[in-house]
This record gives sequence, structure tokens and C-alpha cells, in this order.
Amino acid sequence: MLYPLLWMLASSFRQNSDIFTNISLWPDRVALGAYARGWNGLQVSFGVFFRNSLVISVLAVVGNVLTCSLTAFAVTRLRFPGRDICFALMLGTMMIPYQVTLIPQYILFLHLDWVNTILPLVVPKFLAADAFFIFLLAQFFRGIPRELDEAAVMDGCSAWRIYWNISLPLALPALGTAAIFTFIFTWDDFFGPLVYLSDIENFTVQLGLRGFLDSSGTSDWGAMFAMAVLTLLPVLAFFLFFQRTLIQGIATTGLK
Amino acid sequence: MAKRRRIPAGYLFLLPWFVGFFGLTLGPALTSLYLSFTNYDLIQSPGWVGLANYVRILTADSKVAESIHVTLLYVVLSVPLKLGSALAIAMILNRGLRGLPLYRALFYLPSLLGASVAIATLWRQVFSGDGLLNRILLLFGIHGPSWVSDPDTAIYTLVALSVWQFGSPMIIFLAGLRQLPRDIYEAAALDGAPPAYQFWRITIPLLTPVIFFNLVVQTIEAFKAFTPAFIISGGTGGPINATLFYTLYLYQEAFGYLRMGYAAALAWLLVIAIAAVTALAFLSARRWVHYEA
Repeated sequence: MLYPLLWMLASSFRQNSDIFTNISLWPDRVALGAYARGWNGLQVSFGVFFRNSLVISVLAVVGNVLTCSLTAFAVTRLRFPGRDICFALMLGTMMIPYQVTLIPQYILFLHLDWVNTILPLVVPKFLAADAFFIFLLAQFFRGIPRELDEAAVMDGCSAWRIYWNISLPLALPALGTAAIFTFIFTWDDFFGPLVYLSDIENFTVQLGLRGFLDSSGTSDWGAMFAMAVLTLLPVLAFFLFFQRTLIQGIATTGLK
Repeated sequence: MAKRRRIPAGYLFLLPWFVGFFGLTLGPALTSLYLSFTNYDLIQSPGWVGLANYVRILTADSKVAESIHVTLLYVVLSVPLKLGSALAIAMILNRGLRGLPLYRALFYLPSLLGASVAIATLWRQVFSGDGLLNRILLLFGIHGPSWVSDPDTAIYTLVALSVWQFGSPMIIFLAGLRQLPRDIYEAAALDGAPPAYQFWRITIPLLTPVIFFNLVVQTIEAFKAFTPAFIISGGTGGPINATLFYTLYLYQEAFGYLRMGYAAALAWLLVIAIAAVTALAFLSARRWVHYEA
């Protein structure tokens, strides 16, 4: 299972000539040359890709957690006409594959002059476009006792204060799950950046890695493995620290 | 106390979602439906062509036929193999062995990493002519082909990549297995039912809701897969269209040739196909999914 992963890690410390002959998991000597070559292997340093990926992923987390929780709060804790229809529509959008909205969205962003900026990748997250996370948070909000809200209304709390001061703090575990998954999905996303980012200065790490494959053909596998290992590190870090949260998230929601 | 008429707070809370729903989902979906009846190319304004795009897709475009073949092959092979592995490992882990959280985490790791470009590039090396797999085969005196560049085997490397990521359905199976009532098994054991009988007559029927859920989710995912085929084939869908997923062909038409109208028609056919398969799954579920547990 993990053999290919560990082999990639070992290979990233090897000479290129060894990568294709050595199948062991233990590098005989640790050579960091591949990392140096990889970091500066394209016209733009890999550091730029990391910064871009980080900016996009962090903004996506903020947007998703904020607007999906607002939306989930509204459809589970507030009463207003049309609420159930709205929730049904949200569930409906989960069924629609992104290919259907892709082309008109691209045309829209092209007219707004947003193509080749991070906006097409970030703004939708601030518009609660990830119905999946609405669903996840709604499930959680439903579990909070109604008496809390009623007591707060008695005390003259506005809906906003109930949301911000009562529901959100109680929902922290679910918000954490949503945040971690949003980060990982955005970090790993290849298709969005591929469609919207064309200047190499704007590339994310995923596009950077792919640039490696194109520009160097298959000549410098060591450098590419080195950078591949680096792009996996943030996801691995989340996995190590939050695997319990991640696994519970999957077990309860059936998330990918 | 006089009641003030005002906008319910709920609408204000829903404002971001309203904007997103109309601006990014409903509006674009309807626009793409319209574009699918045009020859829009981003440069000239769209010209109405009626059903011409759909007619060409269904009758005249041999690459569509190839990509449908590749996609169906991928779905039909990868989904059952993935779910089978997931269930098998979940059954083993559910026997209450020590260190379950560790094993569960290790099996899950590939699912978490698998969607990234890093893993797709690794796959490309492992299955190349002088890659890792053939090096290992050589130890046994076998000279393997170049799996990724041989049109007969390229699709199987993608299936293998998908099956390798069986971790998330496995976790869902595990959660389902843990909720099965113990007393039924105790009764079955008292009656002398052999393990195989218990598996087919108790475990599988009780687990059908979970199997159904995993089946639907993984099938839809498989239809939408894109990144691995793009990376392994360098964006071409090659060798000789052997990895030309439908989604990859759609991407090429839209962003390679700027045939936006044609690509929109491709997208709508994909939606119809996914909806049809999902509907079929739900219809068939009445026959084999048991919810009474």
C-alpha cells in the first residue's frame, strides 16, 4: 500500500541514475541535490507556487467556513418562508457535476477580467458554492438543542448574535472538519488552476509539478519527486495531526 | 407590543448563497444549456445551430465514442474492484485486531493523497517502461511492457490508481459493520451457521444500505475523474486515446479548441448519463437494498 509512497520519498534523496535501478526504501546516502534542483527548476521558484497555493487555500477555508455556516445556520435554526425549498435546492446543486457550469462560469470570469487571477478560485467559496459543506454543517447545527436559541431570544439576542456567540462556538468540531477538508481539497485541486491560471507567476504547486513534467520531459525525476514530496507535506501534516477528525468526518458524511 | 414588519433575518443569512446559486449555479447551468445549441467559440457571438452538436456527438464524432468506451471501462472496472477491496479490508479490520486506528489510518492515507498531481506523476514513473514495477518484475525474470504508453494497458494503470484509493469507502464500510447487531451473529453461531453463510446471509444484506451509498458515490466520482488521466497522458488522453476520459475530451474541446458550444453539449450529455445511472441505481435499490435493519 504505502510502498510506492515511501519509495518516492527515498528516491527524492537519490541521484537520477539510481532512481530507475534502486527499488529499496532506504537511501544509501542522503543527497539533497534533487531538492535544490527542483526548487529552482522552473523559471519561477517553487516558493512562489507554495505561496500562491497557500493564499488560495487559506482564503477558500475562510470563505467556505464563513458562508457555508451562515447558510447552514439559516436553514436549520431560523424560520422564514421558503426555507425548505432553499434547502432542497442546496441538496440539488450537490448532484450537478461541475462540467455543466464550467463553461458559462469561465465566460463570466473572462468578462469580469478575472481569468489569470485567483478570484475565480476564491470568490465562489465566499458564495457558499460548496453545497456539500452546507450539508455537513447543517447536520451538526440540527443537533444543537433548540432551547438554547429560545433562551437567547428571550434575552433579546439577535439572530446574528445567536449565530456568532452561541451556535458557532458549539459547532467548532464540525467547522474544523469543514476547514481541514476545504484546505486539502483546494490544495490538491488541479482542474480549477489548470483552467484559470496561465501565467507561471500565478501557478499553484499542482500546476508547478505538472510544469515539471512538461518542461523537463522525464529527464529529472529526482527533482520532480523532491517537489512532489514537498507538495504532499501539508496534507500529510493535516493527516498526522487530525486523522481522528478526518476519519470521523468520512464515517459520518461519506465524504471522499 | 407593535410588531415591526421587516425582512426575516434568514434571508440576510442566505444572501451569499443566493448570489452564488443564481450567479454560479442556476444561471450558468441554463446558459450552458443554451450554448449547447450554438457554435459559440468565445470570439464570435453564439450562432444557433439547433441540435447539430448533439447529432454530431451521438453519430459523427469517433472520439466521443472512444472516450465513452474508455470512461465506461474505467467505471466498470474500478468501482467494483475498489468497493470489493474496501469491504474485504474492512471485514478484516473489524475482527477487533489491535492497533485498529493505526491500520485504518494507513489504509486511508492513499485516499487522501491520491487526488494530487504528485501521486499521478509517481504513477507515471512506476508504470513506465523502465519504472519501478518493471524493475521489481525483473527480479522474477519478467520483462514487463511500458504500461503507461501501451494502449492495451494504459487504462489499467488508472484503474489501479483508483483501486489503490479504497480507503474512504473502507472507512464507511467499517462504520457500517460496527453497527451490525451482535445478537444475530450469536444466534447464527448457536445454530451452527458457517462463516461464509453468515457473510452472505447476514452481513451482506444488513450492509446493503452502506454498499448502495458507496456504490453511488464512487460511480459518480469515477465518471467525473480527470486529473490522473490528464497527468499520466500529458493532457493528450493517449496513447491513441486509450486514456481519453470523457471529461478530458470535454476539456480539450472547450479549452484546447475553444469549441464552447460543442463542449457545453458534451457536458449536458454527461449530466444526463450520470442522472440516468443514479436513477437506475435508486430504482434497482428497491430490489436489493434492505433498510429494515
